[in-house]
Amino acid sequence: MTETTNLDKPESQVAAIWRQFREHKGAVFGLAVLGFLVVFVLIGPLLWQAETLKVSEALKVKNQGPSLRFPLGTDQLGRDMLDRMMSAGQVSLAVGFIAMMIAIFFGTFIGILAGYFKRLDGPLMRLTDMFLALPLIPLLLVMVMLFRDRIAKVVGPEMGAFILIVFAIGLTSWMHAARIVRGEVLALKEREYVLAARSIGAPPRRIILRHILPNVISPVMVAATLGIAEAIITESVLSFLGLGFPPDFPTWGRLLFDGLQYMQLYPERVIWPGLAISLTVLSVNYIGDGLRDALDPKARGR
Amino acid sequence: MKLKTALLGAACAFAIAPAAFAERGADGHVNVLYWQAPSTLNPYLSSGTKDVESASLILEGLAGFNEKGEVVARLADSVPTVENGGVSADLTQITWKLKPGLLWSDGTPVTSADAKFTYEYCTHPEGGCAQAARYEGIASIDTPDAETVVITFSAPKPNPYTAFVGGTSPILQAAQFANCLGAAASTCTEQNFGPIGTGPFMVTEFKTNDTVSLAANPNYRDPAKPAFATMTVKGGGDAEAAARAVMETGEFDYAWNTQINPELQAAMAGGGKGTFLNGFGTLVERIEMNMTDPSADLPEGERATTMHPHPILTDIRVRTALSKAIDRQVLVDVGYGSAGRPTCNLVPAPEMFASDNTGCLTQDIEGAKALLDEAGWVPGADGIREKDGVKLHVLYQTSTNPVRQDFQALIKGWWEEIGVSTELKNIDASVYFGGDAGSPDTFQKFYADVEMYANNFDGTDPEPYLAQYLCDKIPGPANQWQGENINRFCDPAYDVLVKEMSATAEMGKRSELAKKMNDMLTKDSMVVVPLVDRGRLSAASTSLGGTLLNTWDTEMWNVQDWFRVK
Repeated sequence: MTETTNLDKPESQVAAIWRQFREHKGAVFGLAVLGFLVVFVLIGPLLWQAETLKVSEALKVKNQGPSLRFPLGTDQLGRDMLDRMMSAGQVSLAVGFIAMMIAIFFGTFIGILAGYFKRLDGPLMRLTDMFLALPLIPLLLVMVMLFRDRIAKVVGPEMGAFILIVFAIGLTSWMHAARIVRGEVLALKEREYVLAARSIGAPPRRIILRHILPNVISPVMVAATLGIAEAIITESVLSFLGLGFPPDFPTWGRLLFDGLQYMQLYPERVIWPGLAISLTVLSVNYIGDGLRDALDPKARGR
Repeated sequence: MKLKTALLGAACAFAIAPAAFAERGADGHVNVLYWQAPSTLNPYLSSGTKDVESASLILEGLAGFNEKGEVVARLADSVPTVENGGVSADLTQITWKLKPGLLWSDGTPVTSADAKFTYEYCTHPEGGCAQAARYEGIASIDTPDAETVVITFSAPKPNPYTAFVGGTSPILQAAQFANCLGAAASTCTEQNFGPIGTGPFMVTEFKTNDTVSLAANPNYRDPAKPAFATMTVKGGGDAEAAARAVMETGEFDYAWNTQINPELQAAMAGGGKGTFLNGFGTLVERIEMNMTDPSADLPEGERATTMHPHPILTDIRVRTALSKAIDRQVLVDVGYGSAGRPTCNLVPAPEMFASDNTGCLTQDIEGAKALLDEAGWVPGADGIREKDGVKLHVLYQTSTNPVRQDFQALIKGWWEEIGVSTELKNIDASVYFGGDAGSPDTFQKFYADVEMYANNFDGTDPEPYLAQYLCDKIPGPANQWQGENINRFCDPAYDVLVKEMSATAEMGKRSELAKKMNDMLTKDSMVVVPLVDRGRLSAASTSLGGTLLNTWDTEMWNVQDWFRVK
């Protein structure tokens, strides 16, 4: 007679994180909203194709309210707002995600180098301070001036503006991630398991990739989600100032700017893009919050 | 019988009532809103419109301009001309006579010495006079007696109405400003904030960048004017808020420069509390065609210079087609409403200089297509026209401004309809108009195929404005890109006309030359494609009477005639 033990299969790490994440109602809600927005801008244009109108035809239907023909109405030039919201969203979200990835890559890379190699710490952190002190707008003006024509010649004006803006935002917002990562690495590299790895002769590359990087993932993830929000807002600011994208290439920020002067007569012109930007930023922030709780083993199960 | 007399008396009282109202100070207080608040009341120390116009309530010149752009006498007895002998036959001298018995608001007499002093004040070598251009070309000013001012020019001056004419060159009181010459000018705060003048009002309190309080000038030359006893000029807010303050809340009687979008204009005008006043000057929104090649493949220093003519736009048929495709009335309706009107002229006003060129006003998409076909540009597979493997593609740039971006979107739509692929670009206004020779994005460098902006000329004489299109005024690396001939137009026949105009005094001939030059730039060559004649838009309450918007002088030019509608 043997005692049968009915032990549950230990749950995998991903499942544990997901279970913990689900506990955070705000985060789940944020994920749903963000998911909806992504579907809206990616799948939406396949389902909803705006009519192509001649200028004279479009002007006859300007400033219309929501209707079956134009679900979100039309703007002052008779352009379909739903279509513009979707194509603007593609650009804004793409800028947000890609700029964030660039910023996180640079931030993590520099943070780990600075934290792990003592000799690099000083110079890299001073470099970080220098970038923190750089004013973003003049820097972007210079970058646009110097590189726009050259990039546009290779990839076309719209893609050129996209690459330029994404890199400009990415290269000017990695500093916070770098500081966070450096702090974590400084603490982690004194841990016993790192010491053990080093004692058996593991090279730094291996220690970093195997033992340190997985452990700094959680703060990096949080910084990344917040970075998306920041990048979308920066892009909105740039569109608002008329920098960057050509004027016939809508982004949420530009739609907001265009709608501003019609705010009293047609408030929906600013409400839709404003709502989209706010919802994205808010949902991303909640997701970040939920991820931090879920990834932190100390907070888990609390 | 008694009742009848009483009734008659009452009737008489009503009949003479309008006359009774025409008494100085009878209409109480008037509120004026200049949303860009005045920062000084001395127009010689600021070129800001807000400062010049607020000062014109207090200070006056010998003459001014009326709403048609004609010179009318103010402090002068009459306007001197060649015919009445006031201007010498060789155009080098003008003699002004003051009205007899003029007094400053402090009660002292106005003399020709004040005029001479004003000239010395503004042309002082150590002072930075903002209106020095009004006194350019003057050799000397003589005052043979207390009422005569003789201005001698160093060269014949076909348009002698510059010094002491209009709100930008009023006469200062010599006694008050005697110690403010040259470098001391800006330190004379008391004088600059409270000048003694001859205008209908005088300052009682000045809060810089905020409020000017004024009272009727007791010594104003017309004893019945102004109708208002006191006035407040307030600053702050923006154009939209200013329009609202007059048109919706009624807090103010008059608001300056209420340029808002047409839909909002219509909504506010519907309220019935006020009306928008518009006046048209010389400000024209236009598209300039680049006659040189702006291609980025060319080395810096050769790009957009006369060394390389434009590969596409040098063909007049392409330029004409681009102009034909545009519906200017639609642009006005979308962008300016009652503050704009379609135009085909570079010089739309004054009337005597405006050509009768209206050929561009009707849109002609089919005609444009036919012209491009004729020029050898045939539609390719994607609808874009091409010739010898080159696509018909233009880069269209302008400054960042919501109205301009709407224009870009509309014009792009029309151009794509005729098969011209259009790439849009907008540039921050401070960079675009900044004139920095190191920046590739200035409107002078013109690193684009076509560009849009607005420009106007000062005063009523278009000669210096038309002279901008001389061959030797083309911007380029040699002159640090500072030329005014933005589209690099160069025609020896045009240069001859400019020279001829500078030596012609007779007005009929001058107007003929100006029209001919205007036509050469617009309908004959389509190098400049005018779109909209942009007017000024201000708002006046329905209870304020006598307002007449003047774009040639300050908007306050006839404030002495304002009254309260009862």
